[in-house]
Amino acid sequence: MGAGSPPSISPGEESHKLWWWIALAAIVLAVLKPVAPDWLVRPPVWLVWPLADWINAVFTFMRDDLGLMHVTRAFADGVQWLLDVTANLLYGKRRWPRLEDPIPWTVIAATAFMVGYALRGWALGILSGGTFIWVALLGQWKWAMETLSVIIVAAPIAVLFGLVLGVLAWRSSRFELVLDPVLNLTQSLPHFAYMIPVVVFIGVGPKAGAIVTIIFAMPPMIRMSLLGLKKVSPEIIESGQMCGATSWQLLRYARIPSARNDILVGVNQVIMQSLAMVVLASFIGMPGLGQKLLQLLQALKMGRSVEIGITIVLLAVVLDRCSKAWAERQPEHFEKGTPWHQRNKLLLVWAVLVVGLWTLAEFWPLAQEIKRTQAFTISKQLDVILDGFIRLVDPVTLAIRAFLIRDVLIPMRDAYLWLPFTAVLAFVAAVGWRIGGRRSALTVSAFVLFIAMSGWWDRAMITAYMVSFAVLLAALVGLPLGIWAAGNERRAKVGLLICDTAQTFPSFIYLIPVVMLFGVNDVAAIGAVVVFAMVPLARYTIEGLRGVPETLIEAADMSGANKRQTLWKVRLPMALPTMMVGINQSIMFSLFMVIIAAFIGTQDLGQEMQRALSSTDVGKGLVLGMCVAFMGLAADHLAMRWAADKRRALGID
Amino acid sequence: MSNPVISCREVWKLYGPDPTTYLNGLNGHDPGFDVLREAGYISAVRNVSLDIHQGEMLVIMGLSGSGKSTLVRCLSRLVDISGGGIEVEGADLTALSEAELIELRRNKMGMVFQSFGLLPHRTVLDNVAFPLEMRGQDKHARRARAMEMIELVGLQGREEYFPRELSGGQQQRVGIARSLAIEPDIWFLDEPFSALDPLIRREMQDEFLRLQDLLGKTIVFITHDFDEALRLADRIAIMKDGAIEQCDKPGNIVMNPATEYVAKFTENIDKARVVHARDLMAPVSSTVPDVVAISAGATVHDLARRLVDDLSPQLPVSDDDGAVVGVLNRDTALNVLLGSA
Ligand SMILES: Nc1ncnc2c1ncn2[C@@H]1O[C@H](COP(=O)(O)OP(=O)(O)OP(=O)(O)O)[C@@H](O)[C@H]1O
Ligand SMILES: [Mg+2]
Repeated sequence: MGAGSPPSISPGEESHKLWWWIALAAIVLAVLKPVAPDWLVRPPVWLVWPLADWINAVFTFMRDDLGLMHVTRAFADGVQWLLDVTANLLYGKRRWPRLEDPIPWTVIAATAFMVGYALRGWALGILSGGTFIWVALLGQWKWAMETLSVIIVAAPIAVLFGLVLGVLAWRSSRFELVLDPVLNLTQSLPHFAYMIPVVVFIGVGPKAGAIVTIIFAMPPMIRMSLLGLKKVSPEIIESGQMCGATSWQLLRYARIPSARNDILVGVNQVIMQSLAMVVLASFIGMPGLGQKLLQLLQALKMGRSVEIGITIVLLAVVLDRCSKAWAERQPEHFEKGTPWHQRNKLLLVWAVLVVGLWTLAEFWPLAQEIKRTQAFTISKQLDVILDGFIRLVDPVTLAIRAFLIRDVLIPMRDAYLWLPFTAVLAFVAAVGWRIGGRRSALTVSAFVLFIAMSGWWDRAMITAYMVSFAVLLAALVGLPLGIWAAGNERRAKVGLLICDTAQTFPSFIYLIPVVMLFGVNDVAAIGAVVVFAMVPLARYTIEGLRGVPETLIEAADMSGANKRQTLWKVRLPMALPTMMVGINQSIMFSLFMVIIAAFIGTQDLGQEMQRALSSTDVGKGLVLGMCVAFMGLAADHLAMRWAADKRRALGID
Repeated sequence: MSNPVISCREVWKLYGPDPTTYLNGLNGHDPGFDVLREAGYISAVRNVSLDIHQGEMLVIMGLSGSGKSTLVRCLSRLVDISGGGIEVEGADLTALSEAELIELRRNKMGMVFQSFGLLPHRTVLDNVAFPLEMRGQDKHARRARAMEMIELVGLQGREEYFPRELSGGQQQRVGIARSLAIEPDIWFLDEPFSALDPLIRREMQDEFLRLQDLLGKTIVFITHDFDEALRLADRIAIMKDGAIEQCDKPGNIVMNPATEYVAKFTENIDKARVVHARDLMAPVSSTVPDVVAISAGATVHDLARRLVDDLSPQLPVSDDDGAVVGVLNRDTALNVLLGSA
């Protein structure tokens, strides 16, 4: 079947046979492994290209000969200046603007409350104000401000660059054509792959943390602005043209404001990505909550880790809710003749609060800053509770751990490693052919071939085994949970709320409970991946099942189907394409998480990535990153292709 | 008659791979919609020649996809035509530079859209002032002018509202006010009332007629609704597959359809409400019957009672000044009234 011809669920007779033959070849290759020549089992030397060296050569050339270093350094200096300003305001760094003291915590908490209140009323106000009070009371103020001072600088820059690139992509379809695959790749590169080049060009510390955050957070902004600009209704544009707007005026006054909601959804994503990255940037010396959490986790100080974990989660929820509320806000008019102080009531209240609290802070030091010695902590109590709990479940977790490692993980890993790479390649090609014909087969085998050529085959197989096991486990738990939650309206609502909230947490957070339960090892890593991967699975299952048209279900009821039959014969098949999106996301999430989890001890690509990071080996880091990205992209290609065909066959969308 | 305000000569708009080359190959010959489609081209506007005069209200009608919107968008150059020529007040529209086109739109043309096309983030006032803002008028002047327009369409008191907070009819009033803010000479309206429910639509039509009486602009108006067309039109153009089948006075369209398609199109119309005495009258012959004259502007429907009651075979028809200008044959008129014409 050709690329353009409408694909079919059952490919033509010819190709139907072909995918069988390829699958058969895979089986034969696997079975004959003991007698197969070496070059069929592992990529032969001539196939492994020194990609890392080439990349390093290019980077050295760019840095030294092209003088790109000066450009990046200049940009980094600008960012540094901004960081100094925000750091100074938030936690006092004795630079410009020279304040006697940083902004009192009470003022910031009050501001957070007012922002939340203005956006969505009391509940959000109390949540965001309360979060900052919690942070201050627990003596985490400085770390939280270190983290926030970077987000405050990085997120707007990412938004600005993303918007500009989005506009450019919208203006020039050729640019869009180039940008699209780049965005696909960048959105599937694991976090660490971004850090290594930044370390090379910028160094370590807050500056590097900010810049890596900017780069990492930009792609969704580009996507959303492009999408928003494309979606603006043609009549709005035409009416703008008929009003005599020039093309710049059209963009500035009609297109961008009309795309406001999508652009602000982009801003929301930028903020959430920034938070995730800033926390992880502790690996390249970014101080703040992430670094503290990393240290505490490695020292197995559970109570304190949980405290910080709660803070990060609260911050994530506050940032997410506030930016979403902002995106969803619709303009409201004031009655005619409303006086100025009425129109700006909230602003005035805020100003009064700021002045009042600032004055208070002058006289009462606790309103200015709560020192760590004065802080209140629940880590002792937490430790006791957690200790008790862990002692209670320890026999169980120990047994699970032993069983998993001995009877499942190690045999599974060995099996993956045992497979000849040619068998894997053929198997992937067969699946590709079955799902999307020749084109898909070529695409996915090209991705896998790259991994073979990178020289990291064994590591990649370990990553693949962890991801496939984790996704399988996540599906075993997540799908039934999702189906159960979709059972009625209320459960579905709660379920979606939980999933959406859980999705805003930076991935790092998921490591806390599993390290607590399982210690620092493979099982913990897999546990974290399973929990993280379960969220999108459950979410899209609920969404898919709830999205089945009511009329279909009524028709099934009228045909005398019972609940079980309706579920299996009507709802699940209809929901399958949407659920596939969840499976796809879950694979992506797992890949990211497996890489992050490397620092609690795995032997996959992630561990090598960490090594590349500590030896600032750009080439190696990028090659490893691309291996991860290509695994993700191959899975993504197959899942999306399958879901699209299924949708078409079902006549959805 | 004065020079036309808008004059189209053999205007074409083709959608397809390479319209200009293909059109040149045709040498002005029109092979018809189906042949063009075989060749891979959608002829949205096909060989349209049309003059629109100062102060005239031309209504364009036709089925969905017949090219009405595209024709109007050609006239305002929201789309570039593939062949032919359009002159606006004597200037070649297709030859205008970007800047000249913007000037033209800033000073001469206004357009109202079916789904309003309001900017969602701007208040009513700012929406209406938008074209003035685009041409750089200072804030005070443009607000004053916008307020005038808002009052003209009866939205005073709502100027601080956002489009979202208005009903459909009110939103369309904003669209009308906006299109009038620059005092355009030429006014395009693309199905301005079809998104509105019947009651509001009626109200908006009255409003529109009032405005037209007040302003006397040259208008091109698209509608699907024959009643609407009859209420408003000086002339009606009926389009099919991109071409204009007939363009004439409403009465003529109904009484003398040029093609079978037009005849079918007008088949279900209550002709008595459309046809005026003037459309049916014959020249004054030797003797004018000595009865009270009827007005040339009256529809047959208006005359129904008189036609039934008055048995004289011919009735005198007088114009607005009371002068007798013709005679109406009673049988002819009754045929129209009874639908057997
Ligand atoms: N950008 C375009 N590309 C291709 N074909 C188009 C384009 N715009 C319009 N057409 C085609 O031109 C024809 C005329 O469209 P147009 O919108 O002018 O119809 P219309 O008479 O306004 O219909 P409606 O009453 O539904 O508004 C249609 O067949 C349409 O599919
Ligand atoms: Mg139309």
